[in-house]
Amino acid sequence: MNNDNMTAEKTDAEIEKTRLHDEREAAMPPPIKPAAERDALRARLEDFSFFYADGFQAIKNVDMPILDRKVTSIIGPSGCGKSTLLRSLNRMHDLYPGNRYEGRVILEPEGENLIGPESDPTLVRLRIGMVFQKPNPFPKSIYENVAAGLRVRGIKNRQVIDEAVESALRRAAVWDETKDKLNGSASDLSGGQQQRLCIARALAPNPEILLLDEPTSALDPIATAKVEDLVQELSDSVTIVIVTHNMQQAARISHRTAFMYIGELIEFGETNQIFTNPRHPRTENYITGRYG
Amino acid sequence: MVTTTEGSLGTAAKTHQDAFDAVARAKKKDIIFATGGLIVMAIAMTLLLTLIGDLVIRGAARISYDFMTSYPSRLPERAGILSAWVGSLYVMLVTAFLAIPIGVGAGLYLEEYAKKGWVSNFIEINVSNLAGVPSIIYGLLALGLFVYGFNFGKTILVAGMTLALLILPIVIVSTREAVRSIPKIIKEGAYGLGADQWQVMWNYIIPAARPGILTGAIVGLSRAIGETAPIITIGALTFIAFLPPPPVTGEFPFLSFAWLNDGFTVLPIQMFNWTSRPQADFHIAAAATGVVLIALTFSLNGIAIWIRYRLRKGHRN
Repeated sequence: MNNDNMTAEKTDAEIEKTRLHDEREAAMPPPIKPAAERDALRARLEDFSFFYADGFQAIKNVDMPILDRKVTSIIGPSGCGKSTLLRSLNRMHDLYPGNRYEGRVILEPEGENLIGPESDPTLVRLRIGMVFQKPNPFPKSIYENVAAGLRVRGIKNRQVIDEAVESALRRAAVWDETKDKLNGSASDLSGGQQQRLCIARALAPNPEILLLDEPTSALDPIATAKVEDLVQELSDSVTIVIVTHNMQQAARISHRTAFMYIGELIEFGETNQIFTNPRHPRTENYITGRYG
Repeated sequence: MVTTTEGSLGTAAKTHQDAFDAVARAKKKDIIFATGGLIVMAIAMTLLLTLIGDLVIRGAARISYDFMTSYPSRLPERAGILSAWVGSLYVMLVTAFLAIPIGVGAGLYLEEYAKKGWVSNFIEINVSNLAGVPSIIYGLLALGLFVYGFNFGKTILVAGMTLALLILPIVIVSTREAVRSIPKIIKEGAYGLGADQWQVMWNYIIPAARPGILTGAIVGLSRAIGETAPIITIGALTFIAFLPPPPVTGEFPFLSFAWLNDGFTVLPIQMFNWTSRPQADFHIAAAATGVVLIALTFSLNGIAIWIRYRLRKGHRN
């Protein structure tokens, strides 16, 4: 009941936002540059391909920008390579032998190629945080879960860690629920709280980009709404890339949307444009529910 | 029309009847299997309890303070197992210090660091094979290599090394299984935070695998404490009327390793020795030794259960 109301409100807000956006668009002169290039770049994929150890090419020559302090969502049917793409960004595939990247993933403004031979996967992961599909709190206390990223970086000062833990839990909107039981086990939290704890854990070391791999697929609608609100709030301060199989979610929370199909990036653009005026027939088929 | 409906209903009922029959048959099979399992378990438990009961009835009366603190003697009523249980403890100490670090290290390496390929497959198969090698073969290996090859003599050190080799596969396999049972998402979560391989292993894998590793180590030790064949093969003495020098001394550096090079006997050998004597009183002493040995094994297993319980609890909080 409550949830229905929330969804309804959201939709109204979304409509309002869309309307304002359209008016602004109408008032402006026709864009000369593609919309994506008006915003600051945080990273860009250039001719990026990925091959699994068995030789299967999961990503095919993708070119895509990731905008600074914006939410970029990746959508597409199961098996289209969206999670594979996301996991490439912090070199998760390097954990398993035989996987291979091609092309470039340039982190701006330094211009470092994240998948280049000179780039160390561990150092990449220190800069790019990740939240997984299923909440995966460590079998430790809530405090130690959030502190884990700082400990990995060799930070030992108790005061520094205390402050970082509190600020991360606040940013992840889970502070009120956990402040009285920081030393309690993280596994005693509900699924939604665990996922926000995992977001806090990823936020604590101030990552340059936060990757979210279907973060709400294991959560109930109320917990999902909380995580979505959180993502929108965080986008003021962090660059976020989110994979989702929930199109409404992508429409609600992201600024840019990428649609992938069988390893290829079919269409990339402003979320509004993708959902209201897709240029590619495949995108249209997908968002209108004809497959996927 | 009516007939048709009845007909199709009849077919439906018939179909359901088949399903009901199948469920009934499956339930019957369940009952048969459960009963069979119960009987088999009862047989095993009865045998075990009979054996232990027999030992306890014959030997319990013989266990006394004097029995625990006397050296063996040719007079059955004065014979004790002091040198045997002290020897067992010393040998176990050496075994634990060798087998646990080496076995855990090997298991972690094979599971986390080793490149998967034909070499690691070959090693994996052979580690499993080693677990199945009869213990007397380890005794022969130790006799040839440690006793004669390295000239270590028939000492506590050699016995500990031999038993360590014997239980190494158990420790390696249980370490690997403990590591393998850690969910992938926990490891990926740790790597995702930027932890390097050493940090992941030290801070996430080892703590999570610790209950499994320790259980394996203690199961290995409780196997080693009862081993007789390899110890006889390397030529442990059966009559020892002295104790090895103590490992802790009053003078600097307070630790002494002289005990490593001493002759020794262990509980199963003392037991074996007494059962082969003609006097019935020695058989009673052997039964009493058996009770002590079983008590030691059970307490080792008890410690394993306790550690596992404590670590699980501690780990959760």
